[in-house]
Amino acid sequence: MKAAVIVFPGSNCDRDLAIALEMVGFEVSKIWHKDSELDKGIDLVAIPGGFSFGDYLRVGAIAANSPICNSIISHAERGGYIVGICNGFQILTETGLLPGALLRNSWLKYICKTVDLNVETANSIFTKKYNLSNVIRLPIAHHDGNYNADVSDIEKMRDQDLIAFSYCDNPNGSIENIAGILSSNRRVLGMMPHPERASEKAHGNLDGVGFFKGLVEAVSTT
Amino acid sequence: MKARIKIMLKNGVLDPQGEAIKHALNNIGFENVTGVRQGKVIELEIDGSDKGQVRSELDKMCNKLLANTVIENFEIEIL
Repeated sequence: MKAAVIVFPGSNCDRDLAIALEMVGFEVSKIWHKDSELDKGIDLVAIPGGFSFGDYLRVGAIAANSPICNSIISHAERGGYIVGICNGFQILTETGLLPGALLRNSWLKYICKTVDLNVETANSIFTKKYNLSNVIRLPIAHHDGNYNADVSDIEKMRDQDLIAFSYCDNPNGSIENIAGILSSNRRVLGMMPHPERASEKAHGNLDGVGFFKGLVEAVSTT
Repeated sequence: MKARIKIMLKNGVLDPQGEAIKHALNNIGFENVTGVRQGKVIELEIDGSDKGQVRSELDKMCNKLLANTVIENFEIEIL
């Protein structure tokens, strides 16, 4: 069970994400954005939060054109698993692996707090460990988390059950309260909240553990 | 040659920064301002003598990196 955490200049959740993945049993390697190849046998690519390239031009835009991104796109085309958290979600929309875009928060403030989330589907390796009737709590920390997509994309997401998480109380203006979405093949997930910041006792919140347990279970049975 | 690229959020995409600027203008006495949209301008210098070819390269740059056509429109001006 091998995971690659991609590191860009300005990534700042790479270590937290690597530790959360290691805690559930992944062998984690960190891959620098200038590398053009992923190691052989990578099961999961994880794109961490942060402020890659200082959020210059547009959040995630420069990172999405890094040398490593061609390999990430090939990994997705092979049916590989990918998770992008926060800046990772922004990068995934910029590569086109996920639809839509993340805009400046509606009320312009950088928001750093723990929020309540609905798990909208259990039909993915990322969410299957959660009980849909339970609200989970995860931290958010972003300035550009206002998810936007056109009407046809939203309809498709609704029809194909591709919305993974939604905010109970929308903090940033996201359309349809969307906090996280899946790709059509359900193997690529982007989300603004940080499960890696709620995955050990010292965090005071273990609601992120199910996220990583679902991942490792799926990878170890394939 | 020199080129200028203007990038604006598409109509219908909420522009919270434009809204904040509008409120600020209203608050300092410009009450007749009823709408503000904020975009960005990128000026670049590029080698080449064929305007058509340069324009087509700029178009590629915009689509690949400079603009996100999901949410933004761009206009290219060769100076």
